[in-house]
Amino acid sequence: MGDTAASPPDPLLHPKRRRRPLRGLMQRSEAIRAYILMSPTLVVMTLGIVIPFAILITISLWTAQGFGFDTSLTLNNYAQANEQPIYNALLFRSLKMSGLATVATVLLSYPMAYYVAFHVKRNKMMWIVLMTLPFWTSYLLRVFAWKVVLGYEGVINSGLLATGLIDKPLEFLLYSQSAVVITLAHAWAAFAILPLYVSLEKIDRSLLEAATDLGDGPVMRFLRVTLPLSLPGVISASLLIFIPTTGDYITPALLGGPDGTMIGNLIQLQFGPVNNWPMGATLSIILMLWIAGLALVFLFLTQLAKKKLT
Amino acid sequence: MSKTSYINRPNRPLQIYAVLFLIFLYVPVLFLPLFSFNDSIYVRFPLEGFTWRWYIELWHREPVWNSLMNSVKVGAATSVIATALGIFAAKAITRYRMPGRGPIVGFVMLPLVVPGIIFGVALLVLLSRLGVPLSLYTVAIGHMIVCLPFAIATLIPRFEGFNKSIEEASADLGENGWWTFWRVTFPIVWPGVLASLLLTFTISFDEFIMAFFLSGTEPTLPMYIWGQLRFPQQFPSVLALSSLIIFVSFFIVLIGQYLNRDVQETLVKKDT
Amino acid sequence: MTNDAFISVRNVKKMFGSFQAIENISIDIAHGEFFSLLGASGCGKTTLLRMLAGFENPTSGEIYIDGQPMSDVPPHERPVNIVFQNYAIFPHLNVRENIAYGLRKQKLPRAKRNEMVDEMLDLIALPGYGDRKATELSGGQRQRIALARALILRPKVLLLDEPLGALDKQLREQMQLELRALQRTIGITFVFVTHDQEEALTMSDRIAVMQGGKLLQLDTPTGLYETPHNREVASFIGTMNFFDGVVTAESGSDLTIDTKGLGEIVAPKRQTTYGVGDVVQVAIRPEKLQMADAHDPEAAHSVSGFLQNAAYLGERSHFYVTIDGVERPVAVSSQNINGSGTGFDQPRKVWLNWRKDVAVVL
Repeated sequence: MGDTAASPPDPLLHPKRRRRPLRGLMQRSEAIRAYILMSPTLVVMTLGIVIPFAILITISLWTAQGFGFDTSLTLNNYAQANEQPIYNALLFRSLKMSGLATVATVLLSYPMAYYVAFHVKRNKMMWIVLMTLPFWTSYLLRVFAWKVVLGYEGVINSGLLATGLIDKPLEFLLYSQSAVVITLAHAWAAFAILPLYVSLEKIDRSLLEAATDLGDGPVMRFLRVTLPLSLPGVISASLLIFIPTTGDYITPALLGGPDGTMIGNLIQLQFGPVNNWPMGATLSIILMLWIAGLALVFLFLTQLAKKKLT
Repeated sequence: MSKTSYINRPNRPLQIYAVLFLIFLYVPVLFLPLFSFNDSIYVRFPLEGFTWRWYIELWHREPVWNSLMNSVKVGAATSVIATALGIFAAKAITRYRMPGRGPIVGFVMLPLVVPGIIFGVALLVLLSRLGVPLSLYTVAIGHMIVCLPFAIATLIPRFEGFNKSIEEASADLGENGWWTFWRVTFPIVWPGVLASLLLTFTISFDEFIMAFFLSGTEPTLPMYIWGQLRFPQQFPSVLALSSLIIFVSFFIVLIGQYLNRDVQETLVKKDT
Repeated sequence: MTNDAFISVRNVKKMFGSFQAIENISIDIAHGEFFSLLGASGCGKTTLLRMLAGFENPTSGEIYIDGQPMSDVPPHERPVNIVFQNYAIFPHLNVRENIAYGLRKQKLPRAKRNEMVDEMLDLIALPGYGDRKATELSGGQRQRIALARALILRPKVLLLDEPLGALDKQLREQMQLELRALQRTIGITFVFVTHDQEEALTMSDRIAVMQGGKLLQLDTPTGLYETPHNREVASFIGTMNFFDGVVTAESGSDLTIDTKGLGEIVAPKRQTTYGVGDVVQVAIRPEKLQMADAHDPEAAHSVSGFLQNAAYLGERSHFYVTIDGVERPVAVSSQNINGSGTGFDQPRKVWLNWRKDVAVVL
């Protein structure tokens, strides 16, 4: 800000006051005080995000050579990742499974958020806490719980066996893509509910009354007023689930089996047993680019849809 | 005014759906404690009978205690540092005209949306290039990045909840920034600070992906559980351990939410 | 800087980014003065007050308080205290702790401090309120606590940022009188920000009228009302009728002006520098126009018109009279002296009479 233009008072007229230039700057510039307060966080985030990413990009341009690296820069890894069908297949499978889990979560969570926003009168807080509480507990344990439920000798199979409904365990339950999608949808539900709830809660009730007054029935009112106004919540809920789940590897590792493996498992393999870090870095960056691209397309499409709706 | 208007009159099917939704949300998790008291090495129906034995076995297992201590150490360090930085950041974000505020907030909140595995491997690569050996310290660094956005997001509403003029009044009455912080700002945001400490501790305590990539020879509790999952005969004791962790996490988070309840109330609009 | 100025604002400008909040303002405020900054919201009055308190710094120019330049002096070292618009009572402290907040540095014994707080509680007429929670107070009580909290530090200047805005009408009028009396008792300088012209006129020794970051006029209440310097001030304070005209003659302290509708009239020249041929406006307050059934030979000027509308307001009535050649209806106000109203309640032809010296040339 243009604080430097200030003309200093004549020092001869006011010899009593000692000039303290640094302090003067602090006192004058809010921006500087703000940046000083912000700096520890920014340093941590820079050290933890920016620099590692820069190195990740660098290493993706290197080549694995025994236990070391060939540090000459090359796009070979990217070419290889593009040529190997397994990489692309896993990438698209991950995107597909995350997409399915996202759609399922948002569709299932929307009525729930709607109910709490519009129909719960007392103890709203309790409902919100109940809906989000499981999210705060270990992700690993929630996934583990699904393994217990879906396992070959798990809750469902043994339950059905005990009641005599089946005489042989259902094998498709565990180690399948659907097992992964169900678990992801369940584990990330809280991430969907909060933004959906907030966007629904914000809607001015008199707008809904106006729509009714102007002749809309409940369905048309929902489509023409409630849904468009809650669209920001739908968008952020979708992105908040889709983006992190594409990179997930706990769920596919515990529940996916060979059919349910995702790109995250492949990345983990490159950094673990396969020990090809440059390829792991390459796959991470390709994943990031896909996520960013798809998120932008999604945002663009929802903007378009919003214009159509209103 | 009547609490039930035309718009929010009761809707029975929706109500039933909501209850089913909550049941579906909790039931899978509740199977863990259920089977942890089952007197059988197999996790299956029918239940065999009640037992404490998996818990007793857990009590005598030294690696559990070691990894518990590791997780507590990492969680304590992470939550204190993340909350301290979060206080500064939340104050800067809410109190000052800061050029570039939007992009800065977006940058800081990035870990909320980027897949954890990416941060994990990126940090792993950085640390190995720097020649830093993996240890609990490196896990804590990873957890800092995961927890900081949560700390800031918890504290921002606290700062927004009281008017800037309250701090200005303190400056006007003769207190400098340091004293104003301790006499006015901190007492007012204190419930948020406590909530942030509890929530970030829980996140760190439960975190697995960063720990997976960044821990050395000393495992955290989730790492220990992951290791045990390979052995089906260990399932019952893992169930017992998981039940304890879930119970403690629920408890801590509920306290955190309770402390922060008046801020959370802003989520609830007055029904007119 | 004039010698008796206690606060001196010299060529102060303030930019917020590219928005100019204050455009080159200079003001001198005397010791012990009750000084008001008056203007609509967004005129820069609060920004100027916050610069006196030290929460904002001038982009250029300098502020002197008691002879000391104030840039680089942080708020906590300035000899001024402020009462905020929302009072900014510390929510986590009780009334006593709020009032004693600023005394920490003086390291007084507890008994002495309590005694000072009790004195302040007596002064603001809230004795025995020391142990109340801040959150249990009404608006008027919070306002008094904010006042006590500032005054206990014996500031040289007390700044008040629309302190009465949140109060209901009756309480506001009572507090206006109390504040004015309090200021006379303790004798320190008050700088008072308000958007309420009536409030400013009631309380102030002098008033600075601001608009769009500029100082329009700095004057006593009487001066502002009777002899506004420009159209903005004339229409901001009270109601004013304007008539377009051209100066046709100049004689001593008077100007003769040929106006549309009113014909040729004479008005005092006052501070204006207009001469023959200048296009001017003549401004006359509604209550300076006397409405009558006939032309008054005693009055300097007289014009006939048609009474369109009458509004009965209790102690006075408002009338709107159309005059040929004048675009807008002329507002007239008169006291309801006799018990049967003014008698002018039906549309009809009337005469307006006024004295020469009530017209203001702008």
